[in-house]
Amino acid sequence: MYDGAMAELIEQLGRLPGIGPKSAQRIAFHILDADPDDVARLVDAVREAKARITFCSVCGRATETDPCRICGDPRRDQTIICVVEESRDVIAIERTREFRGVYHVLGGAISPIDGIGPNDLRIAELMRRLADNTVGEVIIATDPNLEGEATATYLSRMLADLGVTVSRLASGLPVGGDLEFADEVTLGRAFAGRRSVT
Amino acid sequence: MWVSRLELRDFRSYESCELDLSAGPVVLVGPNGRGKTNLVEGIIYSSALDSHRVHGDAPLVRTGADHAVIRTTVATGERSTTVEIQLNPGRANRIQVNGQAVGRTRDVVGIVRSCVFAPEHLRLVKGEPADRRRFLDSVMVQVAPRYLGVRSDFERALKQRNAALRSLVAAPTREAEAVLAAWDERYAPIAAELAWGRYNAVQQLSDVVVDAYRRISPQDDEVTISYESAVPAWHSREELASALSEALRERHRDEIRRGGTLIGPHRDDIGINLNGPPARTHASHGEAWSLALALQLASFDVLNRIGDDPPVLILDDVFAELDEVRRERLLDAVTGAEQILVTAAVAADVPAQLHARSLQVTRVDGVTHIE
Repeated sequence: MYDGAMAELIEQLGRLPGIGPKSAQRIAFHILDADPDDVARLVDAVREAKARITFCSVCGRATETDPCRICGDPRRDQTIICVVEESRDVIAIERTREFRGVYHVLGGAISPIDGIGPNDLRIAELMRRLADNTVGEVIIATDPNLEGEATATYLSRMLADLGVTVSRLASGLPVGGDLEFADEVTLGRAFAGRRSVT
Repeated sequence: MWVSRLELRDFRSYESCELDLSAGPVVLVGPNGRGKTNLVEGIIYSSALDSHRVHGDAPLVRTGADHAVIRTTVATGERSTTVEIQLNPGRANRIQVNGQAVGRTRDVVGIVRSCVFAPEHLRLVKGEPADRRRFLDSVMVQVAPRYLGVRSDFERALKQRNAALRSLVAAPTREAEAVLAAWDERYAPIAAELAWGRYNAVQQLSDVVVDAYRRISPQDDEVTISYESAVPAWHSREELASALSEALRERHRDEIRRGGTLIGPHRDDIGINLNGPPARTHASHGEAWSLALALQLASFDVLNRIGDDPPVLILDDVFAELDEVRRERLLDAVTGAEQILVTAAVAADVPAQLHARSLQVTRVDGVTHIE
């Protein structure tokens, strides 16, 4: 086994999400072989990111400015809020260029086995944003898994009496895919959510 | 369908094992503890992704090894298919079919189809409801592989709902009530889906079990099996889902008091009745054996119907437990199989009219030899 600085490097890399012991070891050796300037740039990038990036006081997503670029943009429609679990979901939806409203990042999903309840998510902040009645629609875009669906159910019940339109992102067949390769759950949902074309 | 080759690495007692098999009846003979059952267990795992002896993958990996590999080649008509499963306890298993990685576990179910008779199956009649649910699931999953996904979703939803119940008990706030209500809405349809799958598996077995029992038992008894659920009458999955939600509401106080989910397929059972009363309490040892065999035979019939060819039949250590009449009747009943794999401690326990090719399993210096 390794000791000293190498062991420390492997251990720290191994604590990153998605990095197992073998990957940690491979990255550590890559760093050892790399040009010192490249390594310095990596270290600087990590330090800079950590120092400069905060969370938007309005939507809660990771940002360098507060409010973030989206919340501060006068061209965005402030009457539609799209609720997502994580900051990276915002990026995914932004890539579509379909949505011109603003976001609200919950910071996760309700998961009792992990001890995550509504108070651990930014739900109270969402309710405050809705309090002045300027928002007309809330789109719930939590993940289409068990926890994401339960969170969507919880939110839709909370929002039911507020007089806002609440919608849930549709789930169904992937575009460009083949029907025959869709799994039964996806196909079943696509059937349940079918639309009339006549 | 028949297994033409089985390779094991770090599976159970085997560091490494390669075994070529022929169609027709094959008997693996050898004293107990030499690894006969481990061989057939490898085949069984390849078909149902579950062992017939233990729950969970950890006991299947040889002590000291990080993972185990089972590679099973089956022949169906002219075609041969190899399924390789790398068992990684605590992590996702890796599965390949003919050398190609398979993303979803359930895509592999149905390639190797097997039906096993083992002494453990006496528990089907006399044992706990969990034993019967497990048997039922092995049939259900082989008939409709998507239920593997349904079952794992259900298990997760159940855990989440139980955790939500416990937090409500610990701190009875309106918010905790709302979280539980949100999980109820997720839990009920998934629970209904799994219960519906099990119910249908029972219906399919029920159609053939009566005839199967007649083929096994010397007595003229009346056998009935039924799906037993705490949720009263329902005729469709939708009806079941709403009945389940209703039952959850009714039992809310009990659930708070007991701190766990009381309604759902994890509490359901198969009712087996012999001439009226429950076999669990009323069947004799001999009757229980006949019933267990009849259930297995019924599952063989069900699996036989869904595929183009019959599943591999595995008779793991059963002959020693049966009297002369039941041995012969069992043999008569399973003639449909293309391959019958039999394990026995003593060759004399296996009826001669099987005309089986015999393989000796011995163990020298900790290494198993098969010849």
